[in-house]
Amino acid sequence: MIDGLRTLFAEYDVLGAFWMTIKLTVLSAIGSLVIGTVVAVLRVSPVSVLRLFGTTYVNIIRNTPLTLIVFFCAFGISNTLGITLARQDSPTFIVDNNFRFAVIALAVYHAAFTAEALRSGINTVGQGQAEAARAIGLSFMPTLSNVVLPQAFRGAIAPLGNTMIALTKNTTVVATIGVAEASLMMKNMLEFNISLLFPIFVIMAGGFVLLTLPLGVAFTWLSRRLTVQR
Amino acid sequence: MSGPPAMVLFDVPGPKARVRHVIVAVVGALAVLALLAAVIRGLANPENNQLTAAKWKPFLTAETWTAYLLPGLGRTLLAAAIAMVLSLVVGVLLGVGRLSGNGIVRAACGVFVEFFRSVPVLMMMLFAFFFGIFILHISGDPVALFGVIAGLTFYNSCVIAELIRSGVNSLPRGQREAGLAIGLTGLQTLAAILLPQAITAMLPSLISQLVVILKDTALGYIITYSEVLRSGQNFATRTGNLIPTLIVIAAMFILINYGLSRLARYLEARLRATRNVKTPPADPMLNPAMATGAGASAQ
Repeated sequence: MIDGLRTLFAEYDVLGAFWMTIKLTVLSAIGSLVIGTVVAVLRVSPVSVLRLFGTTYVNIIRNTPLTLIVFFCAFGISNTLGITLARQDSPTFIVDNNFRFAVIALAVYHAAFTAEALRSGINTVGQGQAEAARAIGLSFMPTLSNVVLPQAFRGAIAPLGNTMIALTKNTTVVATIGVAEASLMMKNMLEFNISLLFPIFVIMAGGFVLLTLPLGVAFTWLSRRLTVQR
Repeated sequence: MSGPPAMVLFDVPGPKARVRHVIVAVVGALAVLALLAAVIRGLANPENNQLTAAKWKPFLTAETWTAYLLPGLGRTLLAAAIAMVLSLVVGVLLGVGRLSGNGIVRAACGVFVEFFRSVPVLMMMLFAFFFGIFILHISGDPVALFGVIAGLTFYNSCVIAELIRSGVNSLPRGQREAGLAIGLTGLQTLAAILLPQAITAMLPSLISQLVVILKDTALGYIITYSEVLRSGQNFATRTGNLIPTLIVIAAMFILINYGLSRLARYLEARLRATRNVKTPPADPMLNPAMATGAGASAQ
C-alpha cells in the first residue's frame, strides 16, 4: 500500500489540486464579499424598490442548487451563448475560461449567504449607534458606511466565517465543469486505483479538514476579539 | 424582510427625501431593467436565439414532462426524502451520543461529527459511489442513488447532531435536574424531557437543513445519478434547448425550497407566538432561548 501511495503521489499533483482549491476559495470569497455587501445594503436601504431587488436576489440564489448555477455558467452562458472570459486563441483557453466562470458562479452563489450574514451583523449593532448618527445629521449612506457597517462587519464575523468555511467545501462543486481541484482529482484517482479507496479518501478528506479547521478556529478567535463591547 | 432594527438607519422621509427616494427607485429600476435587457439580448442573439417558440414549445408537450423532467424530479425527491429521514435519525443518535455521560461515546461521536462536518459532501458521495461499485458490487442507478444518499446522510446527520446538541444546551439546567430528581435516568431525561423541547426549538433550523439536503441532491449529477439536472440535460441534448431547460429546472427548485423556507419561517413565528402566550416572563424555566441559528452553517 505504501508503494501504491508513493506512485500515486508521483502521478498526481495533490498539492497542486489543493492549491487550485485555495485559489478558488480566496478569489470567490472576495467576490462574494463585494456582491454580498452591495446586496445587504440594498436590503436595508430606505427605498422599497431597492429592498425588493435585494430580497429577490437572495431568495432566487439561495434556493437554487450551486451545481445548477455552475452548470448554467459553463454550459449555458459559455458554451451555448458563446460568451467567454478568456482569449479563444490562447492555448489554455478552456482551463482559464472554466476557472473564471467557476469563480463567478461561486461568488454569485455565496454572495446571497454573505449578504444574510452581514444583515444579521447589522442587527447586532445597537440602535443608539444609528440614532446618534442620524442625530448629528448623517444621511443613510454616511450612517451606514461610517457608523453601522464597520461595527456590523465585526458583529458578523461568526456567520461570515461559517459562510467562508462552506465556500471552501463548496469549491468541490466546480468539478462539474472540470476545474482541476481536489475532488476532481480524487475522482480520477479512484477510477484507476480502487485498491487505495480508503487511503485516498482519508488523504483528500484530511486535506479539507486541514483547510477548514484552522479557518474555524481563526474565525472564532476573531469574532471574540473583534466583538463590539457594549 | 426589513424589520424594525433596519428602520432606524434612516429618518422618516420628509417631502425632499421622498422625491429623492423616488428618483433612486426609478434609477435603480432602470438599471435592473437595463441588465435584464442585456440578458434578453444575449439570449436572443441572432445566431443562437434562446427565446424562439421552438425552444420553449417542448415544455408544452406531455412527453417532455412524463419522460424526462418529472421522473428526474421524482428521483431527486426520492434521494432527498431518504437522505432526510436517515439524516434525522442518525443526527439525533449522534447528538445524543455527544451528550452522553459516557466519555468514550462522547469523544467518538465528537470526532466523527467534527470530521464529517468539515469534509465536502461531494467527496463523501464519490467515496460511497466507488465503495458501492467495487466493494458492494452494485451498479447502475442503484449505486448512484446509494452514493447520493450516503454522502448526504454522513454530512447532514453531523450538522443535525450539532443542532440537537446546541438545542439541548440552550435549555435551562433545571429541566435536566428536575428529570433526574423525579428518578429518571440520564437517558430517560434526555428522551422524555430535553429532546422534545430541543427539537421544537430547533425546528426552523432543522427545516432549513432539509432545504440544504434537497439542493445538494443536484451533486448526484457528478456521480451519474439521473436526477433532475441530468435528465434535463439528456432532454436538452435531444431538443437543443439547454438554457430554457435549466431555467425551468431552477424554477422547480426555487419553488420547492422557497415553500420549505416559508414553512420554516411560519413555524418560527408560531413557536415564538405560542411561547409568548403560554409562558409568563417571570418564569425563566419555561422560556428556553430561541434558536438563533447558531452552528447552522446554512449551506
